[in-house]
Amino acid sequence: MLDDQAILSRATEIVQAHQGVEGALLPMLHAVQAEFGHVPQAAMPALADAAGVTRAELHGVVSFYHDFREVPAGQVMVRLCRAEACQAMGGDRVAAQVQARLGLDWHETSADGAVTLEPVFCLGLCACAPAAQVNGRLIGRADAARVMAAVAGGQA
Amino acid sequence: MKVFVPLDAAARALGADEVVAALQTEAARRGIELTLVRNGSRGMVWLEPLVEVETPDGRVGFGPMDAASVAQVFDGGPLSLGPVEDLPWMKAQTRLTFARCGVIDPLSVDDYRAHGGCAGLMRALGMDVEGRLAEVTASGLRGRGGAGFPTGIKWRTVAGAVADRKYIVCNADEGDSGTFADRMIMEGDPLSLIEGMVIAGITVGATKGFVYLRSEYPDAIAMMNRAVLVARTAGMLGPSVIGSGLAFDMEIRVGAGAYVCGEETSLLNSLEGKRGVVRAKPPLPALEGFMGKPTVVNNVISLATIPVIFERGAAAYAALGIGRSRGTIPLQIAGNVARGGLFEAAFGMSLGGIVDGLAGGTATGRPVKAVQVGGPLGAYFPRALFDVPFGYEDYAGQGGLIGHAGIVVFDDTADMLAQARFAFEFCAVESCGKCTPCRIGAVRGVETVDRIARGDASAIPLLTDLCDTMKAGSLCALGGFTPYPVLSALTHFPGDFACAREAAE
Repeated sequence: MLDDQAILSRATEIVQAHQGVEGALLPMLHAVQAEFGHVPQAAMPALADAAGVTRAELHGVVSFYHDFREVPAGQVMVRLCRAEACQAMGGDRVAAQVQARLGLDWHETSADGAVTLEPVFCLGLCACAPAAQVNGRLIGRADAARVMAAVAGGQA
Repeated sequence: MKVFVPLDAAARALGADEVVAALQTEAARRGIELTLVRNGSRGMVWLEPLVEVETPDGRVGFGPMDAASVAQVFDGGPLSLGPVEDLPWMKAQTRLTFARCGVIDPLSVDDYRAHGGCAGLMRALGMDVEGRLAEVTASGLRGRGGAGFPTGIKWRTVAGAVADRKYIVCNADEGDSGTFADRMIMEGDPLSLIEGMVIAGITVGATKGFVYLRSEYPDAIAMMNRAVLVARTAGMLGPSVIGSGLAFDMEIRVGAGAYVCGEETSLLNSLEGKRGVVRAKPPLPALEGFMGKPTVVNNVISLATIPVIFERGAAAYAALGIGRSRGTIPLQIAGNVARGGLFEAAFGMSLGGIVDGLAGGTATGRPVKAVQVGGPLGAYFPRALFDVPFGYEDYAGQGGLIGHAGIVVFDDTADMLAQARFAFEFCAVESCGKCTPCRIGAVRGVETVDRIARGDASAIPLLTDLCDTMKAGSLCALGGFTPYPVLSALTHFPGDFACAREAAE
């Protein structure tokens, strides 16, 4: 685990790599999240400085977007599509089964840090619904068994 | 032996990568040298992964393929489909925007040029600015993101604006459920989008472009980034596009999971590194857009259609379609359907022809109850409206919209009260918070639908009143159009609202 000073130092490097980029804040936030798995508080001063905004304004931006996390996600990220095309193919039922088997509600991470469950509104797999994504891997015509198998694979 | 296996995200979600591995193992076992091309998808998602083999008589297909059945690709078998171009789904289409998608190697400039790529750009370079503007205007092309604004008029506004910098921004924040045309073209023929953006740039005098691409599409992001590098190497992008002396270059930017950023002014704020809140219009983005500079904001499909308009001529494109809906539209047929996928056709098909004919009814085999057209902000259509022809005005006349041409089919198990509730719930989650009708109205909408569900009929007039307020008072389509799914559900499926009432009595 990095200490705050190390995080700030690495965040400063990321920020410097974005010099000259127009509207660089989102690319910087993505880069910071890719590095740390979330946007740590310790990285905020570097980001706010680079973007020329206050810490409060920066918090406003970070908290606006569903993607940016204030705390790290679990080892396995499970995303289930909740949008209409997936609903039409029983997506709600699959979601309820996965929630029951993981013992997690939306946006929750298991106590051991193994799994995070997030809703997503459309993965663009609407002609092979319902859709799921486990650690980046897409699953079409998803059912609870296939999602859970992918979760087990991600933990291995 | 030359074999094509799609790299399209839908094909991969259905096991295309596993099929590739199995094909390579099987070929090695048989001592056959395999030339493998990862193409885009043809759009027949129910046949994915669709493996194609090149033969002297054209490409023959096998699908839906799975890793255990790859021997059929060598020996034939029940998954054999015959020549892909002769399949009814392919023959019935007018593939212009998607002509190359699923056919070529998406990152091969040679393939791209051999199939008509860059021909539109070359013709555009031979014209002056006025000629290019006239061509786009004469094509009748309207915004394929859903708003349907005439592309030629938008371009002319930006071209006429005086500024030190102008921008082309491609809206690739395809968040509507039931839509995947942007994803498919970016994964299957990314150079067509780049070519369209270059033509837009040299026409309006912009030298820089951005593609704002949603983070939910990692495969498309990776492909577009690679395609930009390929296009630079090929001279399609850079300080002198195809040696013309005109500069244009572009970047791929990634969204961060906010549906509202598909709205053009939210998108611009997001691109500038701000909260993705809606801006009041005017000023129009065409005059004060990205960084306050004149900006063309066009949808992926609008821009990817520009090359073929220049290649074949505006008249040929405008000859297709109905009324003020000219050209072709990539229908995306999704949800509970026997045959789902992308079907590009001239405007004018009836909804019934699409749902009962092309899609073959539901996947579950149950009767079709409702069809939502145009994404989460589109109306639910009952079977009684299946004769409506597919066009901007025709759908508007029925209290709906074609949006980005997503068509989501529901069978008779759908609960339309629940769908109305979801429309508000989604709006509440995704509202940017800038305007009150959307921010508060969506939350009150969920509560009001819940009252109806508990049997309180007096909440129904309240619901319609709330919808009127949201329609008239919201700044953008999120709050303004959420009433479409809600009111269409209430109007066309009153039984689902009355049943709840009776149950309570």
